[in-house]
Amino acid sequence: MGKRKGVESSIALADSAAMCRIEAISAYPITPQTHIVEHLSEWVNDGHLDAEFVPVESEHSAISAAMGMSAVGARTFTATSSQGLALMHEILFIVPAMRLPIVMAVANRSLSGPISIWNDHSDIMAERDIGWVQIFAENGQECFDLIPACFRISEDKRVHLPSILNFDGFVVSHMIEPIEYWTQEQFDAYLPPFDPQIKLDVRKPSAMGVVGIPEIYYEARRMQQEVLMQSKPVVLEAFAELEKTVGRKYNLVETYKADDADVLLFIVGSLAETAMTAVDNLRAQGKKVGLVRPRLWRPFPTQELLAAFGNVPVVGVCDRAMAFGMEHHPMAQEIRTLFYDAPNRPQICEFMIGLGGRDVTIGDMENILNRLLDVKNGAPVGPVDYVGVRK
Amino acid sequence: MLEFRFHGRGGQGSVTSAELLAVTAISDNKFAQAFPSFGPERRGAPVQAFARISDTPIRNRSKVYRPNVVLVLDYSLVSMVNVTSGLAEDGLLVVSTANSEEQVRRETKWNGRLAMVDGIRIAMTHIKRPINNTVMLGSLIKATGCVNMNQMEEAVKERFGKIAAVNLNALKEAFETVTISEGVKHG
Repeated sequence: MGKRKGVESSIALADSAAMCRIEAISAYPITPQTHIVEHLSEWVNDGHLDAEFVPVESEHSAISAAMGMSAVGARTFTATSSQGLALMHEILFIVPAMRLPIVMAVANRSLSGPISIWNDHSDIMAERDIGWVQIFAENGQECFDLIPACFRISEDKRVHLPSILNFDGFVVSHMIEPIEYWTQEQFDAYLPPFDPQIKLDVRKPSAMGVVGIPEIYYEARRMQQEVLMQSKPVVLEAFAELEKTVGRKYNLVETYKADDADVLLFIVGSLAETAMTAVDNLRAQGKKVGLVRPRLWRPFPTQELLAAFGNVPVVGVCDRAMAFGMEHHPMAQEIRTLFYDAPNRPQICEFMIGLGGRDVTIGDMENILNRLLDVKNGAPVGPVDYVGVRK
Repeated sequence: MLEFRFHGRGGQGSVTSAELLAVTAISDNKFAQAFPSFGPERRGAPVQAFARISDTPIRNRSKVYRPNVVLVLDYSLVSMVNVTSGLAEDGLLVVSTANSEEQVRRETKWNGRLAMVDGIRIAMTHIKRPINNTVMLGSLIKATGCVNMNQMEEAVKERFGKIAAVNLNALKEAFETVTISEGVKHG
């Protein structure tokens, strides 16, 4: 293992993007993502990165400008959060439809109202179906490692779709933690120069983003679904090559002490780390609990998740965003769908945690895991447990 | 694992203190975290920052509720905030103050291990501004040895650039002049 350095995750993520030799950045600052684009503007301003940095007046323009730059064949990066992501909404669907391999970092944050700048997954759950490859990073090291992976996946000729790297705002973005940097040589070996399949070129004029009349639109959308669903092998290759390059192994779905577990908790993002410590504590008491943590979220890793859960009789699902007007929140909906066709459906307990930056402790996670064991021992499943909410 | 909580006022360097502590521990091949109490930053308002240092990877994203060490950069906070909240009985309170031990113990109600340093005087002597983050770190290292002083000096040099020299002087004077009182022994 190389030398780790203590650095803020946002700064490391920005360094990683710069070392991917990105050629175009357009961005608008928004908390808690701001440090990423600030730091990239320093890279460009100091002359260390030969890239076009386009400061824009809104996130709607940020993603639009990124599309223009990607369309002419530039390796393009942007980053946002929360209301900024929401403001991009209508454009987000167009990026994959035009097969533009932009990579965007999203520091996950709540949506207003009430006004909140703190961490949860409200922003990204509202953008579930935009057609991008989506990956979750749990910590600063994963933020650093997975940016080049996103570019490699997105720019692969078999994919040619944009990627989002999700990571928790503040609790990861503003954390100083140990991160092992790759060398520039490792970046260059891992990530070949961008060789677009299609681009805007005045010497070879073409049109992109044209009208899809009823005779075309349906097929275009169907094709987009196929390409995204078939991108999984490319993600696997990118992770395998990453392991060869820097020695860290990434899977589409990660587990923690799941093999002999009586109950399994499904949890996304950095709070999985807190949950790991809770698992260790309960294991020390002889309680067989474990975790399933998706890294790839779109395309949804159905087979890998089913394999990870095995025949476990009780599954807990942690949600970090509300699906208003529905009894099951976004992640619980996905996990319920996952098991509908399974021969042995587990009992599914649902938990809302960490909404709007509400702190989640190791004790909270222990309570959740103990609750799953109670259900295994015959306690009723009950409705969604809003952990820690004041009545 | 050691857990730290810093109490200061916005602009005074609490967050920088926590960061330098974590960066130094990591450069010493330990695992560490540092993070602010997340939210809008307001100069002069009471703020907190947190740090953890461990020999093994730290898997916890929550705030620090049971610190081993509490550092108070601004003594006026003692009357506003329960600075010793959650502090372990065998923990350490580091206070920037020119007051007597008797007064500090009365006002903090802390009878455990106590480190006192005249932080503002040291900061004004060397840095010419009442920013006593490096002072607190010098005091902390003397009282705990939780990180290596030489590594901290390297981290200060890297962080402060042109004003590194005055900060190194403040760090060293605090290391030399901090007074440590064991207080009431527990267990």
